[in-house]
Formats: sequence, structure tokens, C-alpha cells
Amino acid sequence: MMTDAKARTGGRARRIRAMLWTVVLIAAGSMLLPLAGYLYTAAVQAQEQSAGGDTANPRAEYWREVRDGTTGYTAVVGPETNVLIQSRGETWREIRNGPVITLGAIMVVGMIILLAVFQFTKGGAKLEHRTGRKVLRWPMLDRVLHWYTAILFIILAITGLSLLWGRFALIPLLGKEGFAAYASLAKPVHDYLALFFAVGLAVMLLKWFKHNIFEAHDRQWFKQAGGYLDGSHPPAGFANGGEKVYYWVLVAGGAAIVVSGFWMLFPNLGFERSAMQNANVIHGISSLVVITAVLAHIYLGTLGSEGALEGMVSGEVDEGWAKQHHNLWLEEVKKQGGAPASEGSASGRSAPASA
Amino acid sequence: MARMKFLCDSERCIECNGCVTACKNEHEVPWGVNRRRVVTLDDGVPGERSISVACMHCTDAPCAAVCPVDCFYTTDDGIVLHDKDLCIGCGYCFYACPFGAPQYPQKEAFGVRGKMDKCTFCAGGPQGKDNSEEERKKYGRNRIAEGKLPLCAEMCSTKALLAGDGDMVADIYRERVLKRSGRPQTWGWETAYQEDV
Repeated sequence: MMTDAKARTGGRARRIRAMLWTVVLIAAGSMLLPLAGYLYTAAVQAQEQSAGGDTANPRAEYWREVRDGTTGYTAVVGPETNVLIQSRGETWREIRNGPVITLGAIMVVGMIILLAVFQFTKGGAKLEHRTGRKVLRWPMLDRVLHWYTAILFIILAITGLSLLWGRFALIPLLGKEGFAAYASLAKPVHDYLALFFAVGLAVMLLKWFKHNIFEAHDRQWFKQAGGYLDGSHPPAGFANGGEKVYYWVLVAGGAAIVVSGFWMLFPNLGFERSAMQNANVIHGISSLVVITAVLAHIYLGTLGSEGALEGMVSGEVDEGWAKQHHNLWLEEVKKQGGAPASEGSASGRSAPASA
Repeated sequence: MARMKFLCDSERCIECNGCVTACKNEHEVPWGVNRRRVVTLDDGVPGERSISVACMHCTDAPCAAVCPVDCFYTTDDGIVLHDKDLCIGCGYCFYACPFGAPQYPQKEAFGVRGKMDKCTFCAGGPQGKDNSEEERKKYGRNRIAEGKLPLCAEMCSTKALLAGDGDMVADIYRERVLKRSGRPQTWGWETAYQEDV
């Protein structure tokens, strides 16, 4: 009996103890388990902090991504209205306000100084022997093409450079109102004449392609640096080595200018800003390169080479000039029996034939 | 001196486009131009955020830096404005702006764009007297001269869009962030003002 009772009370105590433990466990569990969340976040935070400050804020990453031109939805209709931030504009600003403006100025002004120094130290090439006999070099169509494109180019260069440098060079002179009045005229002039210039340039380059294919004797011309420094006369056909380089600069530069200009001229076709930024930089650089080349061309066609300009004015050059600068071309003209265009004098007509 | 700033609280913006409409109506903005727009990121997925964006009136404004005729100026209140009498419509400010604020009207033939248009922080422009007919036609209403803040922010139904003195805007926003716990997301401030709240 006793043992039975003892066993019963013992069993009861055990049950109570087990029950107590269970209650304690449940209570502890229910209190501690929710705290695990804190433990977890604390661990994650500790991890993030050790990984480095900003990564602790996932939103910071989000906004940083927005700076890379992330697109979203917008009810506003228009090109790129769904782009929150386009950061490329800042790069464009740095390039345009930096190298394009400053290096461009150094290049163009540098060329002018170089040509001036050359003129004052060496002087241009003199026409050594004027024969008085004339050779037809530029037919009427070529001359019209040349001056049409040249005049348009000069207007475009002046108006274009005004937009690039006007803020630094012209606003101090004309004042903001004065310059804006000029610029508001210069911009449409530049825009509209560009179309006519592009046609002239294309026709001219196509027509003169045949003169500008590099030949073996051009190597000799470059070796003697065109004879500018030592006064020698390297061999040259219709166009000499330098003129051929100039031609190909016009082909590459001209194409770049015309194509990039088109992009900027028609923003209404829905080009994106990045396309117009690129176009602006390409337009600026290629224009500055071509302007620099044109400066050298203008000098060599006038002061730099006596007797050259008359070829582009009257169409005919002196035979002496042709012999001095384009010997191979002169030989070819004579071989073809192409009697040099007469200036009306009988001697002019007969002399090459007897030579 | 106050330094005017915009701040759009992306936790509050509900993409109602009220600011866009208010702006268009108040200034009679030309057809095709929206001085302010709302962009929704991650539209329809968790983490969606809407933001109202217009000219942020930057400290070192890119538009002003690239303008060939130097027609941009910053007022004493830090508002970036442009002079439409000087503007030649070349579009360089449009290339440079990170926020897409300056826009061309794009109405005329052959891609001729006319004068650029952009948010004025409701501060009009340089021509004529404040709130003269000339100023209203060119730039819209000049609320700042009337002692009022930009209408877009004034009528924002959730007060997501804040406009006014930068310090006060920052204080309001900081208080909100403290209350709702979280981190400040001062959208665009780094880009425009080179600083955060």
C-alpha cells in the first residue's frame, strides 16, 4: 500500500515537474524566439558594417543606379521623358568646355602663328620664271564649285566658331545683348547654309577624286617635305602629295561634319540626347581640324605660292608655275597635245609645241 | 539669404501628376513642353517609387556652363533662370541637363526650335516688371514675387514635393525620416547641389 502510494505521489511529482519544465520552455521559447529576428538583423548589420559604410543602405544603391540613366514610366509624352537622370550630359560638358574649346583654339591659333612665322622667315615660294604662256588648270565648272564651297565654308566656319568661342571672345566686345543678336542670326544662317555647303562639298570631292589618288612619286614629295624648307621642287602631278593629304582630310572631315551636323539639325526626328552629345563633339573636332587645314590651304594658295591663285581665278596658270610645282602634270598636258589655253598671243600657243 | 531647393519625398509621391497639371495650367506652358514630370521606377513591382522631377536649380548648373550666349543666371535665391531674349535655341542646355529640364517647343518647320523653355521655380524671368504681361507670356507667373512658393509643391496632395528654402526643406524632411524610421533618400540632391540632407 505504502509503496503504491509513494509510487503514485512520486509519479505525480514527476508529472508536475515535467509540466513545469514544459511551461518554462514554452515561455522562454515564446520570449526568446521572436528576439532571433533582432539577432539576425544584428548579425546582418554587423556584416554590412564590416563590408563598408554605404552598402548598409540598399536604397543608396537604388539611387546610384538611377544616375546611370535608369528608365521608368511616365505619363509625359516625349523623347527620353522616362529617364530620371542622364549623367552623360556632364561628360559632354567636360569635353566640350574643355578640350574642344581649348585644344581647338590652340590648334587653329597655332596654325595661324606657324604660317605667319613661315611667311616672315622663309617667305612664300616665288614664281621663279614667268614664261607668259598659260596652261588651263581649272575649267569654269571647277572654279565655280570651288568658290561656291569656299565662300559657304568661310561663313559656316565664322558662325560656327562664334557659337564655340563667342562667349569668351565676343561677349566681352559686343556685350550679351549684342552677341545674342548676332548669334540668333548666325545660328539659322549656319543651319540653312549647311545644306547647300554639303551639296557643294560632295560634288567637288567627287569631281576631283581622280586627281587625288596617291602615286609612287608622292613619296618623294613627302621625303623632301614638299620643298618648303629647302626650296627644292619634288615631283608632283596635278595635285602634289600635300594637296592629296588635304583632299583626304576634307573627305574624312567633311563627311564627319556633314553627318554629325545632320544629327544636331534635326532634333525633331527624335534623336536621343546621347546621339546629339556625340554629334556635337564630332562636329566640333572635325570642324576644327578642317578649319586648321583650310587655313594652311588658303595661305598656300595665296601668299605661300606666287602664281597659284590666278589658276583659281582665271582658270589658267603660268607654264613656269606649272613646271615649278606640278612638273609631271605639265608633261602630261603636253604629251596629250593639249595645247595650253592661249591668252590670245601666238607665241603662247606655239611655244609648248616646240619645247 | 534663402537658397531655394526642390525635394521630392519618394515615400510619399503617389504619381497623381497633380504637380504636372498645376504647372502647365499656372504658366500656360507651350504645347509639347512639360516643365515638370513624374517618373515611376519599377512600375508595378515591389519597391515601386514615383518621383516628380523638374529643373532642380543646380548650384553649378550645367545648362549655364554650356550656353553659347551665356543667357542663364542664378538669382539671389539660388533659382536658375534663363533670358529668352538672349536664347538662340541651340539646345546645348538640353544636351547638358541631367534632369531633362530645358526643352524646345519644336513647333516650327525644318527643326527650328524657337527659344528653350524650362521651370522657373515660379520666379518668372528678367523681362518686364514682376508679373507684367510680357513676363507672364514668356515665362509664366511670378509667384515668388508675390511671396508664394512654386505651385507644384504648394498643391501637392501628399506633400511629397517640397519647395522652398533648402534648410527648411531639409528640416521638414529630416523630421519625417526620424518619425517613420528609415534613411534619407534625398533624390537628386547630390547631382544638383553636391550635398545630401
